[in-house]
Amino acid sequence: MSIYLDHNATTPVDDRVVDAMLPYLKGGYGNPSSGHRFGRESQQAIQCARERVAALIGVQPAQVVFTSGGTEANNLALKGVMALADENSGLVVSAIEHSSVLQPATALQAAGCPLAVAGVDSDGKVKSDAFEQAVSKKNVALASVMLANNETGVVQDIAQLSEVARRHGVRMHTDAVQALGKLDIDFSALGVAAMSLSAHKIYGPKGVGALVVEKGLRLQPMLHGGVHEAGLRAGTENVAGIVGFGMAAELMQSGLIQRTDHCERLRQRVEQALLKMAHVVVFSRQVTRLSNTLFFAVKGIEGATLLMSLDRDGIAVSSGSACTSGSGKPSHVLLAMGVEEGLAHGAIRVSFGSRNTVEEVDLLISSLQRQIKSLLKLNSGWA
Amino acid sequence: MSKSERVPVYLDYAATTPADPRVAEKMMACLTMDGDFGNPASRSHIFGWKADEDVKIARGHVAALVNADPREIVWTSGATESDNLAIKGVAHFYRKKGKHIITCKTEHKAVLDTCRQLEREGYEVTYLDVESSGLINMKVLEEAIREDTILISIMHVNNETGVVQDIAAIGELARSRGVIFHCDAAQSAGKIEIDLEKMKVDLMSFSAHKIYGPKGIGALYVRRKPRIRIEAQMHGGGHERGMRSGTLAVHQIVGMGEAFRIAKEEMAAESARLLALRERLMNGFSDMEEIYVNGDLSHHVAGVLNISFNFVEGESLIMALKDIAVSSGSACTSASLEPSYVLRALGREDELAHSSIRFSLGRFTTEADVDYTIELVRKKVEKLRELSPLWEMYKDGVDLSKVQWAAH
Repeated sequence: MSIYLDHNATTPVDDRVVDAMLPYLKGGYGNPSSGHRFGRESQQAIQCARERVAALIGVQPAQVVFTSGGTEANNLALKGVMALADENSGLVVSAIEHSSVLQPATALQAAGCPLAVAGVDSDGKVKSDAFEQAVSKKNVALASVMLANNETGVVQDIAQLSEVARRHGVRMHTDAVQALGKLDIDFSALGVAAMSLSAHKIYGPKGVGALVVEKGLRLQPMLHGGVHEAGLRAGTENVAGIVGFGMAAELMQSGLIQRTDHCERLRQRVEQALLKMAHVVVFSRQVTRLSNTLFFAVKGIEGATLLMSLDRDGIAVSSGSACTSGSGKPSHVLLAMGVEEGLAHGAIRVSFGSRNTVEEVDLLISSLQRQIKSLLKLNSGWA
Repeated sequence: MSKSERVPVYLDYAATTPADPRVAEKMMACLTMDGDFGNPASRSHIFGWKADEDVKIARGHVAALVNADPREIVWTSGATESDNLAIKGVAHFYRKKGKHIITCKTEHKAVLDTCRQLEREGYEVTYLDVESSGLINMKVLEEAIREDTILISIMHVNNETGVVQDIAAIGELARSRGVIFHCDAAQSAGKIEIDLEKMKVDLMSFSAHKIYGPKGIGALYVRRKPRIRIEAQMHGGGHERGMRSGTLAVHQIVGMGEAFRIAKEEMAAESARLLALRERLMNGFSDMEEIYVNGDLSHHVAGVLNISFNFVEGESLIMALKDIAVSSGSACTSASLEPSYVLRALGREDELAHSSIRFSLGRFTTEADVDYTIELVRKKVEKLRELSPLWEMYKDGVDLSKVQWAAH
């Protein structure tokens, strides 16, 4: 029986979300573009979900464009905006973005788009002056900085950054995939032109997300072939998935404080135990983080090794982004923070969820204590 | 919808299908805490490994239906995305080799709109005509191929008419001329035999929701021998060998895998059953005057029947038939009042194109459904014709083509 502590990688779907989705899998199967009753029912279901997602972040339903997930939303934001920007317009991203922002940015750069990367400080916060310098250059069309980082949990001051960007005539996009449901998000207050969301981080199904856009944002679609999503995203809608997303969003409307307090307490417990151990570095402690995320490393211990030991003890955590965890490379986020590569290789991410308990966390702690002790002993045995 | 209104008989399987209960069950097991909900890219724990194993099995099922290698299957969010990925992916990757693409006028919008986008980017696209049967003329295709042609995209089964193209022959031609061949098989996979070991198809788009799987998931077959390269359209974590980034939706994938597994097992029997039902439907109309079948029934998938009813106004017809769920024109374009571009490509006049109905039967269609439909359609067409001045003129022997219509 494994204890799941990798909620930033994905979350189990809430039973109430499953219940909401089921009718649209089993029956209620009309193609929303069809003119008959089955189609109309599917359309209504999508509209209801759209309203729920919109309500969670304070926008109009028409501002929500459903996609197949966070990766697609990020791709659509960057490529969609830059395709319609003036020729040779530039793009700014932060050094700690998820690969689904960095890779499209790199692809755009390879196609001739000037790209600037704004660095972060040792805590993982975007350097304001570096950011300002980047957006103040001539012809920058878009800046993208994530609201909360999936590895460190660090929360950026997007409202402040978007104000700086706006002063220089630059629009802002923010990847809020990890932040949704963990922070109180107000789209307009953040001053962004576009925001990416994903369902499977908020106890909703995988395969569905959204790009939320400000009214009037010019966006070239990435998927052609039909007038779905107001012409911005072609393809028969994933009705059950969208319905699930809507329900998951609705469930996130209440209980934010309880969820964050709960996770904060669990994290504090683990963090206190970790800080008592020698050789342990906890990243980004000094800055605002998502309350559920704990990113640390043990000097001299390979992350992969510790992960395996924890797994043997029935503990499921990760070494950083799931999307890139197979690569064997150290976290680009930590490297951008100036963390020495050897230490970065040792990074472990624990991400709590609303159903984790104190008992589970105590098992994690005792496992960590045991495994770290024995691995350090092994190391010293070689000295 | 009041309780007294009956549930319409569903005859729109070409628009979408309900998930087979066996598919829904498999999907349910991949959602919650006690199921395989993990992120398959999580390499460090059992939750990830189990999810990854489920994906592997599903990939095998999809590959098996079309006799492909599992490594040739790339998951996408649906056939629309697969079409976009195939066509843009090839166009961008091989842009130095050439910028000419050949497709045909009866393709799905996902192919046509993608081609139009590429035209805006400086590519040249030839949109071939089809014969009145709906079939491509091989000679015409051959003559359209140029030195700088990099891609041919022709669908296997047309979604509006049900006509089946000879993709084996197109594949042979394309290969002999060194042109990559993409085939949209959204309407054919699981309904007619596809053997990618034999057929020289380089890229093939699949949809799950046309074959009793869920909406929002599809796949693109990308040939390994000879190796076909495509430029990724979705960038990120490098999933699907870098061809399509994004966390894999395990429950969706498992659903698609199960749908394809079932289709492989039941295809032959189902096809025979649907053929019998379609013939029953056709027979029910066979003595009606002035009806035209759109698409050659001898090169045709079993479950689809597209008929134009002359002297009946299209909108009125569709409204009169509200007790059956059918469509006039492809679902993806029925929001607009344009006559079907597919039927116009077959040579149908606007009027006949407008008054066409696509009946598409499926796994849960019964003889009773068909009989009810026959009765309803006959009744309503008769009634609408009674109200039609054109029908009256036709009955009086007036040659309508000779009439000078006053301008409105």
